[in-house]
Amino acid sequence: MNEILQQYWQAYLWSDGYHLSGVAMTLWLLVASIGIGFVLAVPLAVARVSPNPLIRGPVWFYTYVFRGTPLYIQLLVFYTGIYSIESVRAQPLLDAFFREGINCTLLAFALNTCAYTVEIFAGAIRATPYGEIEAARAYGMSSFTLYRRVILPSALRRALPYYSNEVILMLHSTTLAFTATVPDILKVARDVNSATYASFEAFGIAGALYAVIVFALVWLFRRGEQRWLAFLKPQAH
Amino acid sequence: MKKLALTVCLALASSGVFAKDWKVIRFGVDASYAPFESKAADGKLTGFDIDLGNAICEKLKAKCVWVENDFDGMIPALKAKKFDGILSALSVTEKRAEQIAFSDKMYNSPVRMIAKKGAPLQPTPESLRGKRIGVEQGSTQEAYAKAHWEPKGVNVVPYQNQDLVLSDLVSGRLDASLQDAVQADVGFLRTARGNGFAFAGPEVNDAKILGTGTAIGLRKDDADLRQQINQALAAIHQDGTYQRLAKKYFTFDIYH
Amino acid sequence: MLLQGFGPLIASGTWMTIKLALLSMLASVLIGLVGASSKLSGSRLLRGLATGYTTLIRSVPDLVIMLLLFYSLQMLLNQATEWAGVEQIDIDPFLAGVVTLGFIYGAYFTETFRGAFQAVPRGQLEAAVAYGMKPWQVFRRVLFPQMMRFALPGIGNNWQVMIKATALVSIIGLSDIVKATQDAGKSSMQLFYFCVVGGLIYLAITTVSNGALLWLERRYSVGVRKAAL
Repeated sequence: MNEILQQYWQAYLWSDGYHLSGVAMTLWLLVASIGIGFVLAVPLAVARVSPNPLIRGPVWFYTYVFRGTPLYIQLLVFYTGIYSIESVRAQPLLDAFFREGINCTLLAFALNTCAYTVEIFAGAIRATPYGEIEAARAYGMSSFTLYRRVILPSALRRALPYYSNEVILMLHSTTLAFTATVPDILKVARDVNSATYASFEAFGIAGALYAVIVFALVWLFRRGEQRWLAFLKPQAH
Repeated sequence: MKKLALTVCLALASSGVFAKDWKVIRFGVDASYAPFESKAADGKLTGFDIDLGNAICEKLKAKCVWVENDFDGMIPALKAKKFDGILSALSVTEKRAEQIAFSDKMYNSPVRMIAKKGAPLQPTPESLRGKRIGVEQGSTQEAYAKAHWEPKGVNVVPYQNQDLVLSDLVSGRLDASLQDAVQADVGFLRTARGNGFAFAGPEVNDAKILGTGTAIGLRKDDADLRQQINQALAAIHQDGTYQRLAKKYFTFDIYH
Repeated sequence: MLLQGFGPLIASGTWMTIKLALLSMLASVLIGLVGASSKLSGSRLLRGLATGYTTLIRSVPDLVIMLLLFYSLQMLLNQATEWAGVEQIDIDPFLAGVVTLGFIYGAYFTETFRGAFQAVPRGQLEAAVAYGMKPWQVFRRVLFPQMMRFALPGIGNNWQVMIKATALVSIIGLSDIVKATQDAGKSSMQLFYFCVVGGLIYLAITTVSNGALLWLERRYSVGVRKAAL
């Protein structure tokens, strides 16, 4: 155990000597995919609840497909599938993008988490108390202002507990990155396993690192909920 | 419920306690290494290692069971008794010999690099600087590339199995790949998939890392099995089975 | 043909996935019922154990648990069987998959069932006890049928997640949908096409189970009145 830690602690935490690896890579995968997913999810969630079926339909289809298939398959489509197509490789821009395993991984992760996030946000928007919306309309707000000032601020807050769950599940999903040769925590653990044959230690260390990250995330989200969801708490004097 | 538990216990206990007389030998194999081991479209295993293993089992009047496993997990799985031997083009190296025992030599396997036909690449760190080279995770080739090339600026990318290495070589993600020369030749270069690829440079040598030939990997405490397998190996050499099987796959002498 | 001769391979992969998902579901429902009962029990030890279990599963990714169990559990089991002097019990990828998925989703079911148990009005249980029912009868006649109604949305959700999680088992060597379609893609050199085929099969499975869940929800809600809005 000690020998493994001594020899591999750096690879587990941030670098295998040549590339970013381990915890640093896992966190980068998580932050980037969650970030992109969030930015895309807000407008898509608004579109998802639109009364116009031509706007609502395509978003429904997107979330239906991405939530109905395993992320592992999606990653394989983006990593091995798309790059095996001749015309993709012939296009310099697409070639440069899909050549890098990390790009394929981030694209698949972001689209996947975005699909779940859209449904979470859309659910929260639908659950907005109708009185708030009617009051805003009575003030003469336009649809855009209504969303910006009333619906989104309250819906995003109320979605926070579900969203924190999605972020933690996304962290679990980052373990698939090895498929695209991205050296995340689990990839380092597999390297250690095949170099030292000490499976329990190799994967045990990885498990402990993930647990630490989850506890940190849970703590962060609790703080966030206390701050932004204070108005939902029972009043105390 | 209690009766059921008791029956199960008895069934487990009666199905041959302790006495390992090797009526069944389980071999671990990573079926991504044609012509030594691969999977036909109908899911059956084929290859030189498979034929040799079955011939050994036949000589020992035992039943061969093949267990598929990724190459990087072979030695842990052997130790965990998921199977009794590794028969998967496993090179004999000092490092592995610390962990497991080896049978006598099965065959020889030089290591060579492949790249796009006409690519000016040589298996030297100078020629490969900044290039992307694929290797199989846990293989001797990976150890070699990591020891000799990676420190000098070559981008070494390990994959779960050889199939994935070749997939990414074909798709153009990799500039070259380093593997067993026979495997690369028969299992890739001479197939439709390997069209447009060729060996780049001469054989790579480093007896310390790359080892000396391949053998069946066994647990150290199964000395009886090792002895039996060695006898069977000698027997199939003597009665010409080995030569007959080798002819099926290779046009050259693979043993020496 | 559409699948270029890989039909049987892919069909057997699909069957493998469905078998794996159903058995893991069974295992995790059983674990979940035990877990929920422990969480609600008076015993401090049981509550602590159940809480530790659900916390562990929520914090460590399923793939890590799977690899850990696949390699290490076998070693431990070997030591145990050798010590007891019985034949080695082999954990093949299928069994490992069922055990791991059951273990992981057992934790999620524990939470689902705990909520559902608590949602059954206490008065009904007290009434059942007052009628002289034994604890098992209370569970079977009053608690379970009602709890199912509250638990169904959660069960459905867990089932959908679990079907998708079975895809991970191909990583420890099981020939499921992913493995079969990848093999087909490599042999035919049409990786993109067969990746998409794999995705469509999963989509079909999730769509069918969506329908089945809706039907079940309606069945278990018989007699529940909803106010019309």
